[in-house]
Amino acid sequence: MLKKDLGLLMLIIVVGAVVAIINPRFLSPINLANTANLVGLFGIFAIGQGFVIITAGIELSVGSVIALLGVIFIDLIANQGVPWPLAALIVIAIGFAMGLVHGWLVTKMKLQPFVVTLCGLLIYRGIARFYTHDATAGFPFGVNFPTLEWLVTGRTDFVALLTGGTVKSLLLPHSFVFMLALAAVMWFVLHRSVFGRHLFAVGKNEEAARYSGIRTTRVIVAAYVICIVLTAIASIFFAMYTRSILPSGHGNFYELYAIAAAVLGGFSLRGGEGSIVGVVLGVILLQVLQNLVNLLGIPSSLNFAVMGSVILIGVLADNQFSRYRERRRQAQMASGRADRTADAAAAPLAMRQAQKNEAGT
Amino acid sequence: MKPGFSISLSGISKFYPGVVALDDVSLKVDAGEIVGLVGENGAGKSTLMRVLGGSIAPERGKIIISGEEYDSLTPSEAADLGIAFVHQELNLFDNLDVAANVYIGREPRRYGPLRLIDNAKLNEDVQSLLDRLGAAFSPTTSVGKLSLAQQQMVEIAKVLSVDARLVIFDEPTSSLPIAETEKLLEVIAGLKAHGIAVIFISHRLHEIVAACDRVVVLRDGRLAGSLEGDEIDHDAMVRLMVGRDLKVAYSPPAIDRGEAVLSARGVRTSTYPYSDIDLDLHSGEILGLAGLVGAGRTELARVLFGIDSPLGGAIRLNGEEIRFASSADAVRAGVFLVPEDRKGAGLLLDMTIAENISLPDLNAYSRNMLVSRDAERQRAERSRADLDIRAPGVDIRTGALSGGNQQKVVLAKWLAMKPKVIIFDEPTRGIDIGAKAEIYRLMRSLADNGVAVLVISSDMEEVIGVSDRVAVMHEGGISGILDRAWANEENILRLAVGKPI
Repeated sequence: MLKKDLGLLMLIIVVGAVVAIINPRFLSPINLANTANLVGLFGIFAIGQGFVIITAGIELSVGSVIALLGVIFIDLIANQGVPWPLAALIVIAIGFAMGLVHGWLVTKMKLQPFVVTLCGLLIYRGIARFYTHDATAGFPFGVNFPTLEWLVTGRTDFVALLTGGTVKSLLLPHSFVFMLALAAVMWFVLHRSVFGRHLFAVGKNEEAARYSGIRTTRVIVAAYVICIVLTAIASIFFAMYTRSILPSGHGNFYELYAIAAAVLGGFSLRGGEGSIVGVVLGVILLQVLQNLVNLLGIPSSLNFAVMGSVILIGVLADNQFSRYRERRRQAQMASGRADRTADAAAAPLAMRQAQKNEAGT
Repeated sequence: MKPGFSISLSGISKFYPGVVALDDVSLKVDAGEIVGLVGENGAGKSTLMRVLGGSIAPERGKIIISGEEYDSLTPSEAADLGIAFVHQELNLFDNLDVAANVYIGREPRRYGPLRLIDNAKLNEDVQSLLDRLGAAFSPTTSVGKLSLAQQQMVEIAKVLSVDARLVIFDEPTSSLPIAETEKLLEVIAGLKAHGIAVIFISHRLHEIVAACDRVVVLRDGRLAGSLEGDEIDHDAMVRLMVGRDLKVAYSPPAIDRGEAVLSARGVRTSTYPYSDIDLDLHSGEILGLAGLVGAGRTELARVLFGIDSPLGGAIRLNGEEIRFASSADAVRAGVFLVPEDRKGAGLLLDMTIAENISLPDLNAYSRNMLVSRDAERQRAERSRADLDIRAPGVDIRTGALSGGNQQKVVLAKWLAMKPKVIIFDEPTRGIDIGAKAEIYRLMRSLADNGVAVLVISSDMEEVIGVSDRVAVMHEGGISGILDRAWANEENILRLAVGKPI
């Protein structure tokens, strides 16, 4: 797992170095901060997607959820006069309920995750457009939420803050910092907690997990709830970042970014494999690529083509590499076993064979 | 068919680095002869058959087929010479019909360049093959609708369609119920009547006795002996296989039978919704559960362990009625199951030994919801020593272990907790004799520690050898419970087929 993550990190550094050499603006504080902001925004829901993918599921409704919850959030605080902390809670609660429904349909109704969440993708997108009568949701002139805006779209130089302004460093976007904190918590949840172990077990072999007394239904439902709740949080960040939402286009294809990041980060769509570090690195790589297209003057229409090619090459390389490792491991095991047996019982036979061979020559 | 076909292997040896897989083995099969091949796991049966099938080349020895001498065969040579296999695992497409399966990849075509499948000819050809086998299904039946034995017949039809002259059956009956096994043996006898040579590999020795003209026994890669005609009997084969007499030695309980711990009262399962099951599992006792495959034993185990919910009736634990909504409830109550499908349900093959052992009881290894890997490892090391799990360490994948050691890991998982009831479903299937004996010993020591043990087994020797009492199931109900004195093969079989004693 760690080896995989290291490989991905190397790839990011190499791609970053190449871009930086061709266009030094890549390393400018403002570009780095902008990229970090996007990494933060996409990272929040990509981590959630990872939890679902580990259970061998998939969550396709992410982009539509971001659009629907985004328009609801803006409507609540801008038009309905709901205080923003309450509005945030409402949006998260709706996300929680959506996750429960998805999980219930997948586990109790035994529908395929692809089908359930594809329907979610269509339904939520439709409701979002209906909700605003297909109009753009935004803030009326002069309506401001300084605290909220500072919290989710602000940037702070944390080094300067800690040293009382004596040492200056980068202005870090809060979305990025939030995502890092979230990743740290989720790392413990996935890689160290009882629930995390159960997730891996259910993803690898649901039947065996059930026969070990794990409440597999609960584990899977929890994965969908985590995914949509994190997506709901991301939807607030996105709403405040774009400040206006066109419900027909907002968040389109975001589920695919998340899935791509997870796959790049070493998750298997068959379930049971993946790491938090991997998915975060995957998000970073995707955003660096996005940035590369902009900075190197590649026509932005080629954006998806570049991304698709890199993912394909990355997954292919990883695949070949692990096959090579597997072959080497088997070769080692075979020779190890031969050594052991040769030491013990089969030694006289082997000797006899050697003698016969000599006699033959 | 073509007379004069014979195949003989002489002095075949195969070495792997440091291991002698086959050492000077000779074997001869003539047309119209059924030769049984028996031996323990790892005795060299499969290696020998791979030599015949052309997938491996022997280091020494000759293969003589109808007078032609070969040093080794390639798979296509073997197929051209008429050597065909019917494997334990079926290679059929159960979404296609019988005819399509028989001629898959070799379909007759028509309409010249259009090359459409000539279904009429296909069905006609397959029908004549099925007639030869005495099969009761038609070429257009979907394979998914056939029973296992019928599916095996489709495999045999496939073999006949390529004009095979030697058919090798590799444990064809290991998953067949008794009635279907008899049908298969008839079909094999039919092949013999058509002058086809047959090699029959099986662990079920009474089938070998029933079917074979001659038996060749392998032990540790060498020919341990061969038996012919009347010499073929169960005990003689076992002596050759293991080099000693083997009977599951019954070890009597050290403590008296205690109270009923887990009781089923009128329990009904979804497979047999109209049969009530009444059964008591007592502490300190090993209760065997015998019956034909499909009698509803595994279904009962699943209900008792909370995987499925019962259609009706009640389950009592220590006299109190209890409902297991899921296996998690059963585990919490101390009712454990060692499932039949070890690789699919008993273990997570990709997880380590330590992770498998701690899985049902992770909270015991964790603080503040975080799992302590040290605690897991310590526990696993203790289990490894207690149960003699042969592995280089507890951090290796369970998938890399042998069957017997995997089963010990499944057991270790439950022994690390406080068992009240343990249900074993076919606990020694595919496990070598040494590990079997250790598992029997563990069962007895569990019972002697006051655990109620239920052993579901299709292996007569096992169920009679380890149980204090034997319950027999027939079509979803308990047809009788036999005390040790009455538990013999004949009584169990009578009850299993629904006849009174």
